[in-house]
Amino acid sequence: MNNNNVIEVEDLTKMFGDFTAVNAITFEVKKGEIFGFLGANGAGKTTAMKMLIGISHPTSGKAKVAGYDVYTNTEDIKKNIGYMSQKFALYDDLTVKENITFFGGIYGLSRARINEKAKELINDLGLKDVANHLVGSLPLGWKQKIAFSVSLLHDPKVVFLDEPTGGVDPITRRQFWEMIYKASQSGTTVFVTTHYMDEAEYCDRVSIMVDGKIEALDTPRKLKEQFSVETMNDVFLKLARG
Amino acid sequence: MSKSYKDVKALQDISFDVKKGELFGLIGPDGAGKTTLFRILTTLLFANEGTVTVAGYDVIRDYKTIRESVGYMPGKFSLYQDLTVEENLTFFATIFGTTLEENFDLIKEIYVQIEPFKNRRAGKLSGGMKQKLALCCALIHKPKVLFLDEPTTGVDPVSRKEFWEMLKRLQQKGITVLVSTPYMDEATLCDRIALIQDGKILQIDSPAAIVGNYPKKIYNVSADNIYQLIQSLKAFKHQYSVYPFGEFIHYTDDRTDFNIKDLQLYLESNGLLNVTIENAQPTIEDVFMELAN
Repeated sequence: MNNNNVIEVEDLTKMFGDFTAVNAITFEVKKGEIFGFLGANGAGKTTAMKMLIGISHPTSGKAKVAGYDVYTNTEDIKKNIGYMSQKFALYDDLTVKENITFFGGIYGLSRARINEKAKELINDLGLKDVANHLVGSLPLGWKQKIAFSVSLLHDPKVVFLDEPTGGVDPITRRQFWEMIYKASQSGTTVFVTTHYMDEAEYCDRVSIMVDGKIEALDTPRKLKEQFSVETMNDVFLKLARG
Repeated sequence: MSKSYKDVKALQDISFDVKKGELFGLIGPDGAGKTTLFRILTTLLFANEGTVTVAGYDVIRDYKTIRESVGYMPGKFSLYQDLTVEENLTFFATIFGTTLEENFDLIKEIYVQIEPFKNRRAGKLSGGMKQKLALCCALIHKPKVLFLDEPTTGVDPVSRKEFWEMLKRLQQKGITVLVSTPYMDEATLCDRIALIQDGKILQIDSPAAIVGNYPKKIYNVSADNIYQLIQSLKAFKHQYSVYPFGEFIHYTDDRTDFNIKDLQLYLESNGLLNVTIENAQPTIEDVFMELAN
């Protein structure tokens, strides 16, 4: 594995019966890179992501995440990655502080380290007033920012974000992306899916999946040149419409 | 009209009207109050204060007439998962005292796309197919007004585009459409929109008039290191707003005599490379953020 690559994928394939959900995809993601993983609903993004985070066994092909093999080292992968999605992020019936303690414990952090991290997180996000409030009572945008910070508690090499900003208001959505930039600056690799095409423009590189295959992969600028269009939205429409 | 849940003011003193045959958009994020508003308009919830009429009928006194005259597609898939596609359609047609055949021309174009799966249980359909079935069921009795609560949330850009093309065609058939969305780019596809946040309507107008009234001049700023660019712009003493917008940062200045050169020099002195600053056109999202702030 190239030292600079945090994710390496070669001909990775997943079949369900006769149906090829992910069809021989190949790519790598560098340390500190913000990698946008795009595709239409049903293109195979979630299936591919599940293999990368070690919860779905590939049918064939190779993949390493944070240096660990997706066939044989899935437990090591889980310890070295962060994950958050729009659907599951935090426990609504635990407080902000309890969620931090819970996830810190899951990731094996010491009590002292958890306390230190909790203080830092609550300060950074300006949550002092709501630290003991149930997460369920907070606005969606706050929850998503807290969930992202929690997914970074154990300083993972790479964090997987599955539509983290869906439905979030435009100002908070931008604050969220500033947090992504900050994580990337400090060396954390960010693997992110989104349906907001302006967010695709914020990524260092973007891949677009169509029917299980990666049909395009490059920087947003080069993709726009390649398809002779002005925006990533148009790139997406051209590719996914066939 | 106002609506509260205990201490939470879900809708605060809102007023608006939608014209016959209009495609009207409610644009706002999660928690803005869009769903509460839809539920009041479709007679499923009572408002605490104010008056509401739909298709000429009062939502409290004439709720039964309204239920016969409107179609409602909730944000959450609400059909019977264990009935097939055809059974769901027949069920809703029967409830409204009509048949699948009677208004078939209205749903034909959408129905042909799910017809190959007509014997499949609704729960086993893909997200896109569920959405099309739900729309057919909401249209089966030829409603005067169609309410669509976030029909495109979580839907990819291609399917979103197709869905909006479908709405335009329904509008051409004379149906008034009230649709909500968190995607600001979809606002431009409506005749008029209401921007809504925290239970308040921030502004109502045509999309063109809304961006036309934006009070500031916006500049597209770019440089090699976006994160550093954002930090530097936010630290600039004359900045009024700094928001990432696709490949650029949208910047507005708090002075009336702003000149580009001044900002360019500042950014370069902060070590930023390949700085470009150009005039930009405001979007609905710029207006929304300005009003919400």
